[in-house]
Amino acid sequence: MADRITLQVSRYRPESDTSEPTFEEFEVPCHKDWVVLDGLNYVKDQLDGTLSFRWSCRMGICGSCGMNVNGEPKLTCATFLKDYEPGPVRVEPLTNFPVIRDLIVEIGDFMRKLTTVKPWIVRQAEKPISDGEYLQTPDEMDEYKQFSMCINCMLCYAACPIYGLDPHFIGPAAIALAQRYNMDSRDEGEQERLEILSTHEGIWGCTFVGECTQVCPKHVDPAGAIQRYKLTASLEWMKNLLMPWGSR
Amino acid sequence: MAYKRPIEPFLWLLFSAGGTLAAMAMPVLIVVFGLAIPLGWLPTPTFSHVHALVANPLGRLFIFVLSMLGLLHWAHRFRYTLYDGLQIKHLNEMIDAFCYGGAMVGSLVAGYLLLVF
Amino acid sequence: MNHVTAYSPHHPRWYRKRVSTYWWAVRRAYFVFIMRELTSIFVAWFILYLLLLVNALRHGEAGYQRFLQLAAHPAMVFLNVVTFAFVVFHAITWFNLAPQAMVVKVGGQRVPGLLIAGSNYAGWAFVSIVLAWLIVGM
Repeated sequence: MADRITLQVSRYRPESDTSEPTFEEFEVPCHKDWVVLDGLNYVKDQLDGTLSFRWSCRMGICGSCGMNVNGEPKLTCATFLKDYEPGPVRVEPLTNFPVIRDLIVEIGDFMRKLTTVKPWIVRQAEKPISDGEYLQTPDEMDEYKQFSMCINCMLCYAACPIYGLDPHFIGPAAIALAQRYNMDSRDEGEQERLEILSTHEGIWGCTFVGECTQVCPKHVDPAGAIQRYKLTASLEWMKNLLMPWGSR
Repeated sequence: MAYKRPIEPFLWLLFSAGGTLAAMAMPVLIVVFGLAIPLGWLPTPTFSHVHALVANPLGRLFIFVLSMLGLLHWAHRFRYTLYDGLQIKHLNEMIDAFCYGGAMVGSLVAGYLLLVF
Repeated sequence: MNHVTAYSPHHPRWYRKRVSTYWWAVRRAYFVFIMRELTSIFVAWFILYLLLLVNALRHGEAGYQRFLQLAAHPAMVFLNVVTFAFVVFHAITWFNLAPQAMVVKVGGQRVPGLLIAGSNYAGWAFVSIVLAWLIVGM
């Protein structure tokens, strides 16, 4: 049983002359419970302090450490080196995002798109604090709970070919999070979100490839969220066509 | 900015209906009319029997609906395959005209054939 | 990004990789997806084939026989075998995705996905049997 493994890490230094990323090899220990992130931290601590990458909680909840490991979008804090023996393990920045440096990608596009879908409780009128909380039954919470598990790690965007082909596509996580609020019994913002989502950049760009659901580490099933919303938006469209006098 | 109601939901509903109908009815029709009868696996039904099936108003309706929805299913799906697979989304006006236009032409041909049958 | 942009430590040159023309061929999941999408071509072809049959029937017994001879031609048989494979692939992927696209609740409980897919398959079997019986049964 080997106790070392080779990491092939993508390096990109914008201040240098290279216009394309290159690969650099590092040999790191391969302990039983080490993940790719441990390997990268070993590189940064012991071998090459200039290696740049994002990470934080190292336990799969912050969504910072998403990278492509052997071509698959993964959370590097949840991907065990032992599973890749004898290696080498290819570590690249997340696909479909511009690379700022080494393994760090620019996520501003996602952050802006997320804001456009209004991922918060929208109400016509807020209850005063003195009236108490908005009550919700366990069944009502079950309706949207799965979609609330999203940690914004963007592995789904890396897996989605449509996002790679069309930079205007709002993308899986943003739509799943919009659904999380649409299906929340306390929310009244469905109509507002419909106008953002029922567009070509929204749900209609999605062709149900389904890879987003496959890579999601939190089992959010964004593909399911999008397809269900297509049905909702279509029924809403028919309702508006046949009964245009309905209340908005 | 006023919200322009998109036509996409309607096209998607047609795509879904066509896809479901094609999935349910086509495999058996392909086996029967494409393989079993021509290759003699099943006794060939008489001309008068098949003619009667198609001439029947329900038969005509079935074939027309299958043709129209099936072609619209193709149109919608193929349009996106061209957009994404070949990355020619910038030709979207030509692609849309070819796909949905083709489906409409096909449906008209089907309608005509079944009307004058 | 145009070439006139001055890059500084605070605005570095980002690397943007172009999507390959063959993006659909490099991953197995993408390839299977494109195959699924191409099934629509065979759906359209079979509609054309059915309409050819309808047109042949308009020309009486002779037309019907001519159609059967065309249908028996090896090239046509091969095409229809391929068509059958693709359309069955369409049906299977369609029914298997149905539970993901449609959440049905009965009495507050979510209907299990297997049941939704299963009832689609049952419908498929029923329609197939009815159509086959109508065409060759009597």
